[in-house]
Amino acid sequence: MQHSAGYPVINHWLETKSFKPFLFQQQSWQYIAAGESGLVNAPTGCGKTFAVFLGALINFINEHPEDYRSVKKSGLLLLWITPLRALAKDIGRAMEEVITELGLQWKVGIRNGDTDTAERARQKKQMPEVLIITPESLHLLLAQKGYPEIFQSLQLIAVDEWHELLGSKRGVQVELALSRIVHLQTAADCPSPMIWGISATIGNLDDAKEVILSALNKAGVIVKAGIRNAIEVESVFPDEIEKYPWAGHLGIKLAHKLIPIIQQSRTTLIFINTRGMSETWYQTLLTVCPELAGSIALHHSSIDRELRTWIEDNLHSGNLKAVVCTASLDLGVDFRPVETVIQVGSPKGVARFLQRAGRSGHSPDAISRIHFLLCYDVLIQYLNTLAISEGFYPTAIFNEVRSTYCFRDLQENEWQQILHFITEGGVAMGQYDEFKKVEVEEGIYRIRNRKLAMRHRMHIGTIVSDSMMKVKFVSGGYVGVIEEYFISRLNPGDVFTLAGRNLEFVLIKDMTALVRKSDKKKAIVPSWTGGRMPLSANLGKILRQTLNELGGNHQSAEPEIKALEPLAALQQQLSIVPKENELLIEHIETEDGFHLFVYPFEGRLVHEAMAAILAYRISKIRPISFSFAMNDYGFELLSDQQIPVDDTNVYELFSPDDLLNDIQRSVNNTEMARRKFRDVAVIGGLIFQGMPGEKKKARHLQSSASLLFNVFTEYDPQNLLLRQSYQEVLDQQMEEVRLRDMLERIQQSEIRICFPERLTPFCFPIKVDSMREDLSSEKLEDRVRRMQQQMNAGKS
Amino acid sequence: MQNPLPHSIAGNTFWVFPERCLFWEDTSTLIIADLHLGKTGHFRKAGIGVPQTIYKADLQRLMAMLYLCKANRLIIVGDFTHSTINKEMELFLRWRKDFSSLHIDLVKGNHDILEAAWYKEAAIQEHEWEMQENGFVFRHETKKSKASVISGELYTFTGHVHPGIVLKGVGKQSLKLPCFYFTPTHCILPAFSRFTGMYTVHPSKGEVAYASTDAEIIRIG
Repeated sequence: MQHSAGYPVINHWLETKSFKPFLFQQQSWQYIAAGESGLVNAPTGCGKTFAVFLGALINFINEHPEDYRSVKKSGLLLLWITPLRALAKDIGRAMEEVITELGLQWKVGIRNGDTDTAERARQKKQMPEVLIITPESLHLLLAQKGYPEIFQSLQLIAVDEWHELLGSKRGVQVELALSRIVHLQTAADCPSPMIWGISATIGNLDDAKEVILSALNKAGVIVKAGIRNAIEVESVFPDEIEKYPWAGHLGIKLAHKLIPIIQQSRTTLIFINTRGMSETWYQTLLTVCPELAGSIALHHSSIDRELRTWIEDNLHSGNLKAVVCTASLDLGVDFRPVETVIQVGSPKGVARFLQRAGRSGHSPDAISRIHFLLCYDVLIQYLNTLAISEGFYPTAIFNEVRSTYCFRDLQENEWQQILHFITEGGVAMGQYDEFKKVEVEEGIYRIRNRKLAMRHRMHIGTIVSDSMMKVKFVSGGYVGVIEEYFISRLNPGDVFTLAGRNLEFVLIKDMTALVRKSDKKKAIVPSWTGGRMPLSANLGKILRQTLNELGGNHQSAEPEIKALEPLAALQQQLSIVPKENELLIEHIETEDGFHLFVYPFEGRLVHEAMAAILAYRISKIRPISFSFAMNDYGFELLSDQQIPVDDTNVYELFSPDDLLNDIQRSVNNTEMARRKFRDVAVIGGLIFQGMPGEKKKARHLQSSASLLFNVFTEYDPQNLLLRQSYQEVLDQQMEEVRLRDMLERIQQSEIRICFPERLTPFCFPIKVDSMREDLSSEKLEDRVRRMQQQMNAGKS
Repeated sequence: MQNPLPHSIAGNTFWVFPERCLFWEDTSTLIIADLHLGKTGHFRKAGIGVPQTIYKADLQRLMAMLYLCKANRLIIVGDFTHSTINKEMELFLRWRKDFSSLHIDLVKGNHDILEAAWYKEAAIQEHEWEMQENGFVFRHETKKSKASVISGELYTFTGHVHPGIVLKGVGKQSLKLPCFYFTPTHCILPAFSRFTGMYTVHPSKGEVAYASTDAEIIRIG
């Protein structure tokens, strides 16, 4: 490579900038010059962009050694897929700087939801050499007539932050798009483009590489940066621990302790786990330290895009002292001025925390889960996308789809079902049916209807949020967006917080919530659904060990443990603090009914699954109805009847025997699949959300996911999308391995059943949690009748 | 407990059925609301593959109820059809021929937007806003409008809101079921079609709701 034309040019440029290339960058350039594909593994801020981008430049110069400075309009050469819009601008800026300084004629284009139509039109006329794009916008490109031409000249596809996409539906979307582009080239007898994934360190790098290169059918290489940054973690804790920590609110009293930290650092990012809490924190910091006004900002996904961009730009230039943010400002966006990262509340997974703290390297236990699940919804959406642009031949696309990792086991009969679903629409009545979506013309599958095509285009994507509503001032001026569900619960005159402002709700007009500024101090903080990350298995284990120290060893040197002592003392007095080898179960009776609290410390997801399984197993003993709640530390079963769990049957109830069957049955008996179905139905095109303008016209087409779930369950139980939602619960929520590990651990441990007289510090946060599930083995009519009796008894 | 349950108003008996309809014994009339015929067809025409079986099942249930009650009249308090005309209506027309002796009154609701000719072909008598019968009023929505000519305070049967009731029990248990909602002045019927959502109503003192589990009807309050 050293003797190529390109390398000296790039090397010279690096020297003028006093940059010295890292070994991994040089290795990447070498592989790219040789036409290899693979995965670059490097932490954020270490030049991973340059590892691939400069490689593409070297290649270009090698091909045009004489006139690389004057060659114009080369068409699309480098496709840069990134999951985050916020990253696009940063990367584009960095690339443009190099291009200008080298005197190249390359153009860098950005294409995502924020790209205006004029820019899109320009790109259509003349594609830039580099296109930075999100997975969604890439699919929108595939939805355009004539898309194959765009990719003709393509030489390299880079997928940035691949570890974030891997195992998600957006990742599947990327896989499908890659399969299309690769096979377009093959069909045209062109050499396939190189594919390079760029990833932070995860436990299964080899798998990550296999998934991304699947469509190429190549082994590829992994280039590791081997750079580690040291990191210092310090805890900030309150002077006095609240004895009953309210779920999620623990910490707000610490606001004053953050002020000196903010003041001493150049720029500080304060990560909060939920959007709702971030609003509270922002307000509190301003109240505690009014001087911060103007130099502190709030950033979460419901904040207006322009404002967010402004914040990102000002973080870059170092104008902001602190930003309170959620995961929306995550994923190692390269904000160099940031010196300090504060994580409020439990970071839920060490890997995530370390990445937030800027060290994405070396967290060997974090494994990105790869779906073995067939995402019918994503596939259906993809086929509709192809159908609105060029149309497709099923046999060719079937082979392409099967070349992806996600769909490598897709069976012919499943494929036929999918084709049937998009052309015939499932269960129908023949002569009385007018289903219309994909039509077959001379073997080509197409969507002809323009209205259908337009609607599909608006729904491309796999990120499903609650339907959002714009929030505007009565006097004009855009504040941001908020879940419709939240607004629907407000009365005119109610004051709520959004984007750090107190706003008075006035009325809803044209799908927009109109508000005015309010001076009221007390405001409702919106609670957003989702955004709660579960505890990882490792953190759970560490927590259990920590409890060990809490219970017995009072000489603990750890200040964190000392701070928790009063809480532990009260727990010990009312019940017990379980040791590492104990499982605590508490029976408590309150006016709400009979509670059973169980504390496995395994994380929310495992607890939800375990609660469902335990409820199912108990309900086999006798007809009983439960509602259950959980957090990262334990779960609660609540019933109006005494819960038959005691020393005689408890080991049996927590037995790993027959686990798989019980998982299956408890999933069928709870509503978990119903929640999954919402996303699946939107992605699969059964529900139209979004687009305020369109919504009005399509009001006769509105139905809730919950209603569709009922309808399919009753009238078309074999429906692919319905089945997928059950599969997703089994796959994502019911991690059999983790459940089995937990149950086996419990079998080896001592189960301690206690009967505290009142609520304990451990159980309190679970009890106040509002997210609840149900499971019942009683007849519906019996339940109704008993509730009716209870209601009547309550009245008299 | 056996179903249906009788509900008396002004000396008349209305049988409340779990199948989401009322049978007015004194006039041998079946009363339903919000059938939304053609809704599945409308969705399917727009590329949304909801099973058409819902439509068929709704129609079959209506037929079964007419047989069971030996009703000679059907009153629909609005939203008989869902949207513009589609092929699903042809099945209804065919079915209508087998029930030619049945008299059908439709008090039009906001979804009833078909051409007059269609109602004529289907032998359905349209009523623009309301109709009156034996001292009772039938209307799609509870509220009166300018079009309203019936004066005085007569007991009114309506639909439109698709009422549902939330039952709460000890242990934070709750269930939501479609219901009939009787107040001292009017009755709101549940939506007959199974392809409909629900709006929660909160009966207060002196009001009665009947919740339907599909298999049974249960009186609340």
